Amino acid sequence: MTSASSSKLDFISSPINQALTPERKVELYTQMVRIRKFEQSALKYYNAGKMGGFLHLYIGQEAVAVGTISLGGADDHFITAYRDHGHALAVGMGMNECMAEMFGKQTGCSKGKGGSMHFFAPDKNFWGGHGIVAGQTPLGLGLAYGLKYLGKEGCCLCYLGDGAVNQGAFHESLNIASLFGIPVVYVIENNGYSMGTSQERSSAFNGCLAQRAEAYAIEWDVVDGSDLYEVRAKTHIAMERARKQHKPTVLEIDTYRYYGHSVADANNKKYRTPEEIENYKQNHDPISVFQRRLLEEGVLTEDLVKSIGKAATNEAAASAKFADESPAPTIADISTDVYWETDHQTAASKVGHHFFND
Amino acid sequence: MSRILTYREALREGLDEELARDSNVVLMGEEVAQYNGAYKVTQGLWEKWGDKRVVDTPISEAGFIGMGIGASMLGVRPVMELMFWSFHSVAFDQLVSNAACVRYMSGGLCNCPIVVRGPANGGSGVGATHSHLPEGLFAAFPGLKVCVPATPADAKGLIKAAIRDNDPVYFMENTLLYGNTGEVPDPEDGDFVIPLGLADLKREGTDVSLIAHGRSVIQSLAAAEILQNEHGINAEVLDLRSIRPLDVDAILKTVKKTNRVVLVDESKPFGGVSAMVAMLIQEHAFDDLDAPIKRVCSIDAPAIYSPHIENEQLPNPARIVAKVLSLR
Repeated sequence: MTSASSSKLDFISSPINQALTPERKVELYTQMVRIRKFEQSALKYYNAGKMGGFLHLYIGQEAVAVGTISLGGADDHFITAYRDHGHALAVGMGMNECMAEMFGKQTGCSKGKGGSMHFFAPDKNFWGGHGIVAGQTPLGLGLAYGLKYLGKEGCCLCYLGDGAVNQGAFHESLNIASLFGIPVVYVIENNGYSMGTSQERSSAFNGCLAQRAEAYAIEWDVVDGSDLYEVRAKTHIAMERARKQHKPTVLEIDTYRYYGHSVADANNKKYRTPEEIENYKQNHDPISVFQRRLLEEGVLTEDLVKSIGKAATNEAAASAKFADESPAPTIADISTDVYWETDHQTAASKVGHHFFND
Repeated sequence: MSRILTYREALREGLDEELARDSNVVLMGEEVAQYNGAYKVTQGLWEKWGDKRVVDTPISEAGFIGMGIGASMLGVRPVMELMFWSFHSVAFDQLVSNAACVRYMSGGLCNCPIVVRGPANGGSGVGATHSHLPEGLFAAFPGLKVCVPATPADAKGLIKAAIRDNDPVYFMENTLLYGNTGEVPDPEDGDFVIPLGLADLKREGTDVSLIAHGRSVIQSLAAAEILQNEHGINAEVLDLRSIRPLDVDAILKTVKKTNRVVLVDESKPFGGVSAMVAMLIQEHAFDDLDAPIKRVCSIDAPAIYSPHIENEQLPNPARIVAKVLSLR
């Protein structure tokens, strides 16, 4: 963790933050609150047995998704791993479709087929939601390659965790990104733990993980993920480098997750001390930090804080009700969305057998 | 004297005994040591055996699986855990081009006594990327051995045989079986090892043979009870246990006894274990069949997440019973 110090730069002065209107600041604050309330609600229903599999909570990391995605223009794209709820809401996906997906319902964003780890919204430039550690890193490279190929002045923000930096696919992607001049920004969301293993026990590094980028002649920076202004200021520089110069960047954003790797991670209070978790909640919580900031600026009022919190809580509760009341997929639904051609009953789908059920 | 152990405990006991027997055995994988294993199979082993014998690796499947294969060439006996067998694809080149081929490519100069183990199953709500069943895939590579135990005793006996085997053995467990209990022989009654390549008749019957492996064995046994109680059909259940080497004699024996076969295989229908078994039966026991060979596989699509429908995609007792009844 990068600890906040008195000599720390104040990133409110960066042009990209100076350009924020008070309304936009409240909007960004609201997004973070909505993500947290949504996930608190998801946790409640996961524990009540309404969902299957895993639930990887983003709580504590909200400023990363909200800060970075707030910089996205029409031609900027996003892709992440399995801790994807924050990014999904930040790109504008609705709580209903996300909650219903976790409930495994037809009304879910992936029709109940993908689950918590696999949210997608290509119409919002959001390409998932990927379950295998670092598996999305070549895809992010590919999205950015596609942008350059198609002549778009955009970039791809590809998120990964600190555990993912040790996968070969990520290193191969860095090499190609630098070699080909690909407009990708790799955002390492460093919450300090690769599942139940601390950064020190999982990664060899000098100073920080992002520094590995030097080996590939890629620019890099380290960011305090509890400060939304800093996240925006530094990510903006990386995105502009990608858009204007077709050069990749590796950003390491220091952050923290309050819960385990997933809710099934029963040891999450064993490999971390209660003091460590409490310190983050008290001193580095991205929502509290930004809330204090906006109160000082006079952009937020205590009343507004309360009403934003209440509205988000109600919205999350309503999404759970929507999810619970939605229909489950049918047996016939299992066999759709496998092939584009068969879904569309094209001529190609009529030649040869595509499925082998008896 | 037998004791009742869970599948998880039986596996752990097997690993523990092999760690004690051979100082070259080393357990390795993500969270296997200090975390005690993502599914607690290795619980307590790091504390007992220490850093040298039980090793946490980074999330780097290609790297650490390849490292284990290389170490095995020098005589170390690595037992590598994949947190999910689904992550095999990250390490695929190592698993098939290196482990399967090094002995052949060296004209027999090298061998690769590695075990790669972990769960491979659907039905736990983790979606398509975490629900692959690669036993048929890997059995298709000569040089590799594959086994899929269904019970606690088989898990223990087979893991010990796998560790002692001088070829690469890919050992596929099941998250939904880890908590199942069953009798396991007491270590005081002798070293309990089940040779690779031996099937096991889990239920004797006369009317139809259900041939299965892994959790499908458990589903077949449940289906056999329904068939007996509700339909008067006495089903025999053969557990393959080992996919390669494969106990072809046991397969042909049960077919010749009942003359009707339903293969139960949690994999997808295209290719794979049940397709191979069907081929062997038609080739060697065609005249003994009174009905076409039928299969119950997972419905042919990636694994659906939705907990409401997931079980319907997999072989389950209702689907098996319906298939058997369709034979009549």
